[in-house]
Amino acid sequence: MLTVTQSGLYCPAAGIYIDPWSPVDRAVITHAHGDHARWGSRHYLASRAGERVLRTRLGTDASIELVDYGQPVDVNGVSVTLVPAGHILGSAQVRLEHRGEVWVVSGDYKTEPDPTCAPFEVVRCHTFVTESTFGLPIYTWRPQTEVFAELLDWWRDNAAEGRASVVYGYALGKAQRILAGVLGAEIGPIYTHGAVERLTQDYRDAGVSLPLTTPVVTMPRGTSFAGSLIVAPPSAAGSTWLRRFGNYSTAFASGWMRVRGARRRRALDRGFVLSDHVDWPSLMNTVDATGAECVWVTHGYREPVARYLEERGLRTSAIASQWEGEGEGDDDAGAGEETTS
Amino acid sequence: MRSFARLYADIDATTSTNRKVAAMADYFSTAAPADAAWAVYFLAGGRPKRLIPVRRLATWAMEESRVPDWLFEESYHAIGDLAETIALVLPERVDDGDAHGGLSVPLHEWVERRILPLGEMTEAEQRETVLAAWRELSGTERYIWNKLITGAFRVGVSEQLVVRALSRASGVDEGVIAHRIGGRWLPTPEGFSALVASDEADADESRPYPFYLAYALEDELPALGEPADWQAEWKWDGIRAQVIRRGGRTYIWSRGGELVTDRFPELVAAAERLPDGTALDGEIMPWSGGVALPFAQLQRRIGRKKLGPKILSEVPVVLVTYDLLELAGRDLRDEPLLERRRLLEALLSDANTWPDQTFIPSPIVHMATWDDAVAAQAASRERRAEGLMLKRRDSAYGVGRRKGSWWKWKVQPFSVDAVMIYAQPGHGRRALLHTDYTFAVRDGDALVPFAKAYSGLTDAEIRTLDAWIRRHTVEKFGPVRHVEPVQVFELAFEGIQRSSRHKSGVAVRFPRIARWRTDKPASEIDTLDTLRALIRAHE
Repeated sequence: MLTVTQSGLYCPAAGIYIDPWSPVDRAVITHAHGDHARWGSRHYLASRAGERVLRTRLGTDASIELVDYGQPVDVNGVSVTLVPAGHILGSAQVRLEHRGEVWVVSGDYKTEPDPTCAPFEVVRCHTFVTESTFGLPIYTWRPQTEVFAELLDWWRDNAAEGRASVVYGYALGKAQRILAGVLGAEIGPIYTHGAVERLTQDYRDAGVSLPLTTPVVTMPRGTSFAGSLIVAPPSAAGSTWLRRFGNYSTAFASGWMRVRGARRRRALDRGFVLSDHVDWPSLMNTVDATGAECVWVTHGYREPVARYLEERGLRTSAIASQWEGEGEGDDDAGAGEETTS
Repeated sequence: MRSFARLYADIDATTSTNRKVAAMADYFSTAAPADAAWAVYFLAGGRPKRLIPVRRLATWAMEESRVPDWLFEESYHAIGDLAETIALVLPERVDDGDAHGGLSVPLHEWVERRILPLGEMTEAEQRETVLAAWRELSGTERYIWNKLITGAFRVGVSEQLVVRALSRASGVDEGVIAHRIGGRWLPTPEGFSALVASDEADADESRPYPFYLAYALEDELPALGEPADWQAEWKWDGIRAQVIRRGGRTYIWSRGGELVTDRFPELVAAAERLPDGTALDGEIMPWSGGVALPFAQLQRRIGRKKLGPKILSEVPVVLVTYDLLELAGRDLRDEPLLERRRLLEALLSDANTWPDQTFIPSPIVHMATWDDAVAAQAASRERRAEGLMLKRRDSAYGVGRRKGSWWKWKVQPFSVDAVMIYAQPGHGRRALLHTDYTFAVRDGDALVPFAKAYSGLTDAEIRTLDAWIRRHTVEKFGPVRHVEPVQVFELAFEGIQRSSRHKSGVAVRFPRIARWRTDKPASEIDTLDTLRALIRAHE
């Protein structure tokens, strides 16, 4: 059904690429993050739920065919269906069915509930192509209610001491998930970095309920930010943009924050372990639930995940991608704030 | 345990020195003395003797988490910290409040009843104790427990910060606490009370003074004023130490606060001729025939468990004495350097008392003009010194590192251009990134590895290089990646000598990255002959 080419995953029968990393004729896009949605292809197929964020990313003149989740589309005899992946707004798994054979490409996904996007759905298949960003047993997420409680405590303590709270999270997805998580907290005003505000508005336009935010840039000189929460992309860390906040504390919301060294080298005051990817136990449970006999592993700790599944009796293959997601390197070095955590 | 874990988390969560000190001061003023004593012990770098091999813990963690060994290894390579890997692979504790009661057990009970006895237990008993602790603890507490029982507990505070926090909590002068903590004290309630006791007349006879340290020279020399106001000495590269003679006994303290008396019998023998109530500050140097030997010789001697007559005769040591801190039991640190130096020379220059020249006053470098200093500094390698020290003649002997009256002025390091050939993930704050690199120089058509370096790149450069490494790996051996020999770096190092233990035949000292030479192709890197020539020039 699928082969690995210079441009990424390709379905010869349908003539479509999935998240190609160079321009092609027909591309199916799982979600709008920079390492999955690349410019320059002639035609795109993507989920309707992600229309606005994908337009913001690909531009208004890109040729995009939008389909609803669960609506099969026939592409040269291959039935292509997009299914919610629970990663960010509009994120999709790609289900391909051809002559009774079913494959599912997960894209990036998580199984935890997230009020900013449709929940992940398990799809039974013969072959499952899974991401593995956090594919090591050290990555286990605690319930997000605990993580948000920590974040609110941090904000509250800072507010009590007259400090601003600057939390970094990827501008698309994580930032809005943080905002949704603090909805109704009413500790202080919430400000946003420009990159975050634009995408947050896209989320609101798509009907996602988020607290009131004010772009930092609209505030007059000399504004006091004491007690406020400021949501910014990781690229803002260490920049002069932060100076206006006076006395502030910094935090990063990311799965990488599970590891102490990753917190410490960024010189952060806090690291909140909040990820939009599956953790190790959920990855294994999902593979089981799909019923797949064959698993391709991509994006992340491919080899360990493949070997572990192999030892459990599955056929596997570790698929190289241009985005060597293994380890932390490219979560902020490669495509900057566009990639995910 | 809970409040100690919270203290640890508070310290770990901030990069601000002030907040760290405030968190510790807060803990010290509220904790029971029995707990505060152990907190001081661990925070200041105290380690119980190895109670349990960390590998044994890893085995139990694999069993408990049902993670196969190869996958545990992968995880460890990603993080670079065994205790942390163990804490993270173990199943998350079911949040039952504190049903087992482990969190409310005070720190001193954890240490005295569960940690220290580990050393005496059978393996089966150890396993039972450790597994019980893992089940009772979660997250940070579990990590701390692993670190405590493997003697690897470390958090981003220095002894100096602990001293500052104790001083803030107790109101006792920092210098007094530094003096007390530098000596022998026991982590008991009484020991803690003695550390912060307001009665300051308690000089334990063994205690050294806090070392006074110099900052690197920042300005041009003329900014220091008149050369005549300054005393110049060589900056020796040995082991900074204090030799204390009190109550008929000798104590030798290293700058790291270790009592190293037994390691230097020749100094102990000579010290018997020092009058009671004397404290010398100086550099322990390998020395023969009136000149310094290479530092590597001293390393060879330090490496030995037993000091036989052979090594003692091959690598004799002296104390090149910088300062006299105490004479006839009187603290001289507030006297001007000029006066301390006069007393030092009077004490050590009597040839009848000191026929063997084991305590040598640090030679004064003649300096009529600043140009003399420049010339001397440039020639310091010829004496196996690493630069000059400049000290104001009217300066007191301070505490810790202070700016203003003492400066160190080191010579430029050696440097060569080399190519990176191996990379592996780092530890601690460099976990998950490739930050440990091996470099090679050219030898004909071959590349010969000669140095490893871990420091010198900015965080942004490390990330860029990490991404490059992942995409240009030729081969992987466990955590080590063999990469295409493309990236060229200028490496700086302090010393170079022949070595039979290294494949290249060369050993360099303190190598680090000076610059990423993106402008230079690997065909233009330095050769093994260049390194050999550097050795010949400095033998």
